[in-house]
Amino acid sequence: MTEQMTGAQSLIRALEHVGVDVVFGIPGGAILPAYDPLYDSTKVRHILMRHEQGAGHAAEGYAYATGRPGVCIATSGPGATNLVTPLADAYMDSVPVVAITGQVASPAIGTDAFQEADICGITMPITKHNFLVRDPSKIASTIAEAFHIASTGRPGPVLVDIAKDALQAQTRFEWPQRPELPGYRPVTKPHGKQVREAARLIAEAKRPVLYVGGGVFKSGASKELRVLAELTGIPVVTTLMALGTFPSSHPQNLGMPGMHGTVAAVGALQRADLIVALGARFDDRVTGKLSSFAPHATIVHADIDPAEISKNRYADVPIVGDCREVIADLIVAVRADQAAGRQGDYTAWWEQLNRMRETYPLGYTEPEDGSLAPQYVIKRIGQIVGPDATYVAGVGQHQMWAAQFIDHQRPGSFVNSGGAGTMGFAIPAALGAKVGDPDRVIWAIDGDGCFQMTNQELATCAIEGIPIKVAVINNGNLGMVRQWQTLFYDGRYSNTNLHTAPTPEDGKVRIPDFVRLAEAYGCVGLRCDRAEDVDATIEKAMAINDVPVVIDFTVHHDAMVWPMVPAGVSNDDIQYARDMAPEWDDEEE
Amino acid sequence: MSLHTLSVLVEDTPGVLARVASLFSRRGFNIHSLTVGPTEYEGLSRMTIVVNCDRHPLEQVTKQLNKLVNVIKIVEMDPEASVRRELLLIKVKADSSNRSHVLETAQLFRANVVDVNPDVVVIEATGQPEKLQALIRNLEPFGIKELVKSGVVALGRGPRSITDRSLRVVERSA
Repeated sequence: MTEQMTGAQSLIRALEHVGVDVVFGIPGGAILPAYDPLYDSTKVRHILMRHEQGAGHAAEGYAYATGRPGVCIATSGPGATNLVTPLADAYMDSVPVVAITGQVASPAIGTDAFQEADICGITMPITKHNFLVRDPSKIASTIAEAFHIASTGRPGPVLVDIAKDALQAQTRFEWPQRPELPGYRPVTKPHGKQVREAARLIAEAKRPVLYVGGGVFKSGASKELRVLAELTGIPVVTTLMALGTFPSSHPQNLGMPGMHGTVAAVGALQRADLIVALGARFDDRVTGKLSSFAPHATIVHADIDPAEISKNRYADVPIVGDCREVIADLIVAVRADQAAGRQGDYTAWWEQLNRMRETYPLGYTEPEDGSLAPQYVIKRIGQIVGPDATYVAGVGQHQMWAAQFIDHQRPGSFVNSGGAGTMGFAIPAALGAKVGDPDRVIWAIDGDGCFQMTNQELATCAIEGIPIKVAVINNGNLGMVRQWQTLFYDGRYSNTNLHTAPTPEDGKVRIPDFVRLAEAYGCVGLRCDRAEDVDATIEKAMAINDVPVVIDFTVHHDAMVWPMVPAGVSNDDIQYARDMAPEWDDEEE
Repeated sequence: MSLHTLSVLVEDTPGVLARVASLFSRRGFNIHSLTVGPTEYEGLSRMTIVVNCDRHPLEQVTKQLNKLVNVIKIVEMDPEASVRRELLLIKVKADSSNRSHVLETAQLFRANVVDVNPDVVVIEATGQPEKLQALIRNLEPFGIKELVKSGVVALGRGPRSITDRSLRVVERSA
């Protein structure tokens, strides 16, 4: 199929060809030629964002909601560098994103031309791959390759930088039969011998744990995971990136492990004699001090990325493969073992874990001054809105409470920035998720600090008809930083008060006033600062479906996230409240 | 820590050297030497990278390298089963009083004199890195003005070639 057209036209044609229906972007000089044929496209909707960072996070939200790569577009120089944060975010959390940037014309490359930045050089360490295209005939094939790389293997962001003269030149549109990538061959099929070895260890273990990460969600393996869990009876912990992949109400789910994980999940990993890690990467927020993490455990580690295996913790049984195929093969191997009479007995293990779970459930204390508990607000949102909605969190205390106090029953129902910890993720990612899944109710659970980093995208939401709900958990502070200052810096609150909520020192100051800010952006703004009004406020927000709604939940400023394993400390030293360490009854050790 | 020699087949595309080099630096590895040049196949370059690190981190960096889309194949060159060579050009002070001593030293190492001047000679030598080190040590007393090394290149012994199978992959996708 060949047809004469401009490079820009071939770009838009290529996007249509891979099935792109939405792109998030902002035009500018170098990318301008692409915006002309985009204007004519009936298949690709362009959503005009207010900041390129918003375009990148929206593409991530779209990818989470649809499972397809999200697309963002920016111009050269500052437009492209504004994509750096979302690309780094997508790289850390393995989100399929394709970023298209304009570059100055080929003859000007390398001359410090106006709005020139070496975006390929800049994004080399934070993209799965990137391309600089100077030849117009290569635009279509490069787009095909970019989508292939972004969406296969371990997903990730791919950037395509296109010189302005390549967009303007005449070329022939040619769609490649298949991508030309001799150096890119992800392994998806696991090695049978390794899988059988894992099954043997499962049958012999006394204290096994399934440590489930975001890879299980990304491979669409939550059904298989449930079968494996129920077949073996092994307790499950789901990381921040895997919440909802295994229902949080399932009796075998011990909750989230890690720095703010449940005592039962952290305790289970520490006491395990076998950890079966599935699409997880032994991140420092999960392991705590690595040298004392799960000291008795044999490790089975399955991941599609061979570089993750034995990166942080040595894997006794490494399995390279797609989690869905790994788990499916593991089910077959376990069934074969069970048919031959080899089956693990985890009764004593479950007794120990259930005691832990009953003694140290997740909880919080109501503020003594009668102000609103942030945990209560988030818990009620989860209960009233229900498990069918998608919850998109920013980064900080509100994110951890959303992870802890919302029931995550559905794969993909919780979207957040895990590895990079990008404040400002929630609003644009919620926007993208709503565009990708318009019939679903989308709630952004945001903090007052995060909200102020990207809330200009409320304008995009209002104008483009993207009615998301935003709950700003407003404690007037950079709450997580304040918590660390309380715990580790003698309560010296250096530069954490944002004055978005009234404090004793400043009386009634709210700068900005989030309700008026919401209204200025064409959204409905609501405020709630009393527990008795929480339900009615949430219900009011749920009843508004034509415009975005922002609720300022003004909450107590000293609420803290518990349990907590302080950074760099052993998981054994988890505290479930300030200066309160669990008493372990380790009869077996 | 010990030296390891990696042969890395890469697509000959712009930026591939930067991708490889920056991966080493951002993962905290020091490159001892790196050479790159074309191979017997068009579009395919071969890098020889010598790194100083332990076994486990080497595996990690090899896996990370393998993830680069332009990297086609990585083989670690076993010193026992490979030929490793380096080129040295060295400028040594040599006037009429000691020139014959310098030339004698060069001859012992089967090195060639490639430039002569009343005050200096330039010597060219190839060999294993250890041999070149020994030559440099022996030339030091005369006074070394300047030296440059090519970095190690290496090839496996025996009939097999690391490009054979990789090339088939390239052809299939073309």
